[in-house]
Amino acid sequence: MNGVFFFIVLPYLATLSLLLGSIYRYRFSGYQVSSLSSQFLESKQLYFGSRPFHWGLIFLFFGHLAAFLTPRAVLAWNQVPLRLYILEFTAFAFGFIVLAGLILLILRRIKTKRLRVVTTWMDIFVYIILLTQVVTGLWTAFFFRWGSSWFALVLTPYLRSVFKLNPEIAAVSQLPVAVQIHIISAFILIGMIPFTRFMHFLVYPFTYLWRPYQQVIWNYRNTKN
Amino acid sequence: MDIRSQISMVFHLDKCIGCHTCSIACKNTWTDRKGAEYMWWNNVETKPGTGYPGKWEDQEAYKGGWEKNGDSLKLKGVGKVKGLKKMFHNTHMPTMDNYYEPWTYQYEKLFDSPEGDDQPTAEPVSLVTGEKMTPKAGPNWDDDLGGSPEYARNDVNLKDLSPAERETMFQLERMVMFYLPRICNHCLNPACVAACPSGAIYKRGEDGIVLVNQERCRAWRMCVTACPYKKVYFNWHTGKSEKCILCYPRLETGQAPACMHSCVGRIRYLGVMLYDADRLKEVASCDEKDLVKKQLDLYLDPNDPEVIAAAKTCGIPDSTIEAAQKSPVWKYVKEWGVALPLHPEFRTLPSLFYVMPLLPAMAQINDDNNYHNVGSALWDDMDNPRLPLKYLASLFSAGDTTIIGNILKKLMSVRQYRRAVTVGDISWDDVDKIMLESGLTPDVAEDIYRLTSLARLEERFVIPPAHREEAIEMMEETHIHKGSTGFGFMKKPKRGL
Repeated sequence: MNGVFFFIVLPYLATLSLLLGSIYRYRFSGYQVSSLSSQFLESKQLYFGSRPFHWGLIFLFFGHLAAFLTPRAVLAWNQVPLRLYILEFTAFAFGFIVLAGLILLILRRIKTKRLRVVTTWMDIFVYIILLTQVVTGLWTAFFFRWGSSWFALVLTPYLRSVFKLNPEIAAVSQLPVAVQIHIISAFILIGMIPFTRFMHFLVYPFTYLWRPYQQVIWNYRNTKN
Repeated sequence: MDIRSQISMVFHLDKCIGCHTCSIACKNTWTDRKGAEYMWWNNVETKPGTGYPGKWEDQEAYKGGWEKNGDSLKLKGVGKVKGLKKMFHNTHMPTMDNYYEPWTYQYEKLFDSPEGDDQPTAEPVSLVTGEKMTPKAGPNWDDDLGGSPEYARNDVNLKDLSPAERETMFQLERMVMFYLPRICNHCLNPACVAACPSGAIYKRGEDGIVLVNQERCRAWRMCVTACPYKKVYFNWHTGKSEKCILCYPRLETGQAPACMHSCVGRIRYLGVMLYDADRLKEVASCDEKDLVKKQLDLYLDPNDPEVIAAAKTCGIPDSTIEAAQKSPVWKYVKEWGVALPLHPEFRTLPSLFYVMPLLPAMAQINDDNNYHNVGSALWDDMDNPRLPLKYLASLFSAGDTTIIGNILKKLMSVRQYRRAVTVGDISWDDVDKIMLESGLTPDVAEDIYRLTSLARLEERFVIPPAHREEAIEMMEETHIHKGSTGFGFMKKPKRGL
């Protein structure tokens, strides 16, 4: 594979796209950012797809984040085999939950005629990239053990080198194809966030948690006290 | 005291003929659009019946409205913490199947079909998928008790009735029904506003109309779950929630909302009510048995000099106070006390009140097969009416039959009084006795009769001026814009870089 393009150009393109794209979209059509819910048209299958998918994804996201931010802690944890097995097994289980949820969601999309009306090409792209990501992730976890340890040793230094604007791709270029696809599609996913429904996770309405329940808006109010 | 004005409504159920003209006026004005086809901001239900969306009153299923939480309130289904848990799936939100799948007919087939042996037909097609479909339910398929085993028998409000009472209601020769027209209640304590994580839904300060900001709505759909009346609708095409806007563009220009203006039975009244916003929380969270009384106490007498003075300090314009004094809603709800809010137990403090239906409740068939509706015997029937008071109580007074009984007595005494005046076959002694019991005076009975039967358009709709001129003055220096009217309203014309 063309290491320079995929592991140097692509990550920077993706980051640039994420930053500029998100800022632009938030600035100019911020309130159009939503998850594009289709629950009104189909709710039952969504329940069994959406919930495991999202909760699993949140776990996996923080798992990857932990390996990136605190590689030494992960390695220290993994020194005892039992703990390593627990970590790997849990991560794999969550990955599997995400896959199951995603497959249910895709089947739901295909089976329910009403949903075709609200399905766009971007949605199809979203499904493909997510499926690629989850399948290659599970593949990697299953065939190239133990991912949690070598992630900390190989990928964390690479990702950090990218962040330090001095990318070192020697190690990453030698990785198996499945892992490389996983990394590349992750960059594509990140870069596409501003242009797809992925962006909905960036607009969590925190202010709701502390605003008063009722909202009254006045056009004018000439109170005399 | 924080006095606010609220545009409120009264619907007179005895006058509703169930013609759905209101629904059509609303549909043609606002919801004949893609994604909104299934929405009926105004709809008319036959009671007993399950309504639209099906069984909307069943909050065990839909989890709408508020519930008492100690001295405070919490949303039943969504809210700050529960909303978090339902982030990835809004569990109790109704789907299109709870309403109905909208359809149209292939009318063009009637004209375009090639010549053949058969008549061309216009088959129904879905307005969502465009494919052929067999309609199985519509927004008013329970009309006039149609399909009553499926609809009327499943009415949520039958829960308080004994099996015997239900049977009486449904005996064919005694079958009883009335119409319940519904729009958004523009509540004083709206659950939809409280549930919106984006802060897109708000209550207008000046007139209390509840609106969804289409720019800010981010399709969380919490409002759909939260509204116990199911009067916020999700547009599946735009991905935004929509609801009745009380025709505010019409109101601001002094016209009645389309549904009210077009009402054939002239059952609808609209006017201003003044209330004390400081007491909202206390009222909304009181015991269920006090809810109706407390809500009615919340409204302030617009003729009381103290209230007028306080209202002025709270910035309420004189014209609004004047409108409140003439408000037909004030008369029905407070002065005469014959109108009640729908399902007060949802604790949203709705601004739409219903005058109880008298006829289905009181008319009884005698042994001689004639309707029996005059004379003192009626008061004996109050405890054993054709439409059980418990049923009305379940709809309008959180289960309190005394309130309902008193209102029916008042309405009946108005009829007795008018009967004595126009027909004269009832003795004035009887009328006096009835009036004494119901607490009405002949003058009041005459007033009720006049506003119910003879009121003109401007008496039924007392719309306060919107004072847009003041709104503009608050936002900008008007003299600067003198002579530039019409320019730069949406976007200022500007020389480029």
